[in-house]
Amino acid sequence: MSQLAVSALSSQQERAKARRSKLAKTLVIYLLIALVLVIMLFPFYWMVLTSFRSQVDNVSRIPVWFFTPTWENYQNVIARNNFLEFTWNSFVIAALSTGIGLLLGLPAAYSISRFKQEGLALAILIARLTPYITYLVPWYLAFRALGLIDSYIALTLTHLIVGMPLIVWIMISFFENVPLELEEAAFVDGATRLGAFIRVILPLSAPGIVAASILAFIFSWNQFLFSLVLSGPNTQPVPVAVFNFITYGQIDFGGLGAAAVLITLPVIILTLIIQRWIVTGLTMGAVKG
Amino acid sequence: MNRAGNFVDRYARYLFPLPAVLAILVLIVAPILANFVLSLYDWFVGGRPLFIGVENYYRALGDQRFWNGLRNTFYFTLLAVPLQLVIGLGIAILFNRDFPGKGLARTIILLPMVATPVAIALIWALMFNPSLGILNYFLESLGLPRSLWVAQSNLAIPSLVLVDIWQWSPMIALILLAALQGVPIEHYEAARIDGANAWQSFWHITLPGIRSAIVVALILRSIDALKTFDIIYVITEGGPGTASETLNVYAFKTGFQFFHIGYAATLLIFLMFTVLGAAVFLNILRKRA
Repeated sequence: MSQLAVSALSSQQERAKARRSKLAKTLVIYLLIALVLVIMLFPFYWMVLTSFRSQVDNVSRIPVWFFTPTWENYQNVIARNNFLEFTWNSFVIAALSTGIGLLLGLPAAYSISRFKQEGLALAILIARLTPYITYLVPWYLAFRALGLIDSYIALTLTHLIVGMPLIVWIMISFFENVPLELEEAAFVDGATRLGAFIRVILPLSAPGIVAASILAFIFSWNQFLFSLVLSGPNTQPVPVAVFNFITYGQIDFGGLGAAAVLITLPVIILTLIIQRWIVTGLTMGAVKG
Repeated sequence: MNRAGNFVDRYARYLFPLPAVLAILVLIVAPILANFVLSLYDWFVGGRPLFIGVENYYRALGDQRFWNGLRNTFYFTLLAVPLQLVIGLGIAILFNRDFPGKGLARTIILLPMVATPVAIALIWALMFNPSLGILNYFLESLGLPRSLWVAQSNLAIPSLVLVDIWQWSPMIALILLAALQGVPIEHYEAARIDGANAWQSFWHITLPGIRSAIVVALILRSIDALKTFDIIYVITEGGPGTASETLNVYAFKTGFQFFHIGYAATLLIFLMFTVLGAAVFLNILRKRA
């Protein structure tokens, strides 16, 4: 009996030990997850902190973690640097290129999914794989010859190359999921293909269209290279404006922080709306979110 | 059905994708072809083009800066991609469980890849600052020597790689996380019954189960890493000297700072074949695997 009691006791101890080691393991895992999140967030946190700190605090050798926030940097950036104008430029270019991207991309994606035009899909993928800078030298020469440097036309057309492939690839998988029967029913009712596409297919794919549009908008908003070369004083979008802001003038840390927050904020808000689609978009449909 | 509707219906497979195809021809195919023509000329913007045959190609092969750019391009990619693959896999495994705030955590790790690259680059530039940057403060707090980060030639690329890892490990993590959720749980249970430890089930079940996703992530990231522009150009402009100048940045400077159009086109052709060659090579590996 005493032997039984001993073995029961030891198994109890063992179970307690196992529980403890499991707890320790969970704790380590949670700490690692927290570490990952802290590292991912830190640059954003530092950006916000910098934007609300005075220049004196920003250039202190020992980082100032606690301070009275100031709006001064934001006021400077917005008032002195025509920030609203740059934001408007970014918005117009992103909205136009997304709109045209939908107009061209939606019928193309539909056609690829219905008629299995894999060659066309591949051509559009190659457009995404080729380094963007490859197109830039000829574009620059052509737009210069046409007097279109520093025009919305040049920027919209070039940003189209960023957004349209994205729209096509996301929408192919959406259109593939629309049952053929619905379309055929529309044909029986006397609809033309275009009519069925506009009145049946597109409304059914609305969530996909929203996701694709927002992604195309974000990619245009973030675009730097094309705008760097093709924009000018009248059309400069925010990323280029902010880049010039560091190249000239002395380094105004708070101003940079405020500008960085202002560019990033719209993107983060849009991301929250369509987070399920971000990875699908970034991988051109290779991975379903 | 009217006649126009009939016509559209009959030729739908050509008419639907037509606008997108035209856009691709004008905006992508034409510039690529134009580069081949431009590469045969010695031409500075504002001057007269002089036909020189394949002279520019010989020039590139003898150009130290071209080889430096090619070397830096591969150094950056080969350092960044394997590291972010390992870190991304680690994050995916950490996140592949239920924990409080999982949805929020997934949203947080999306932020580095969607935030405007110019803004990210600016914040990292501030953090890298050798005298005032927060990174050196962290090093000192840990009792480590200060670093010059991007200001030191041999550290410039590793520092930029750090930014790339921060930015893109999460994307790999999310791709692999989706794949991990597809690995049947029964396989793990069977392995446990057979007495496999955690390490063995990782090697024999997890890794083979997500192999194709790993390859997809590897291909996508390698192609994008070879083309990295924004982060490098904003943080170092290829410097100090040419220490972090990739082929991409060198071609950009040749075209838009030195305005040597013909030679820039030649460099872009090399860049394009490097990236497309890598894409084809990786795809062949994928099919073999």
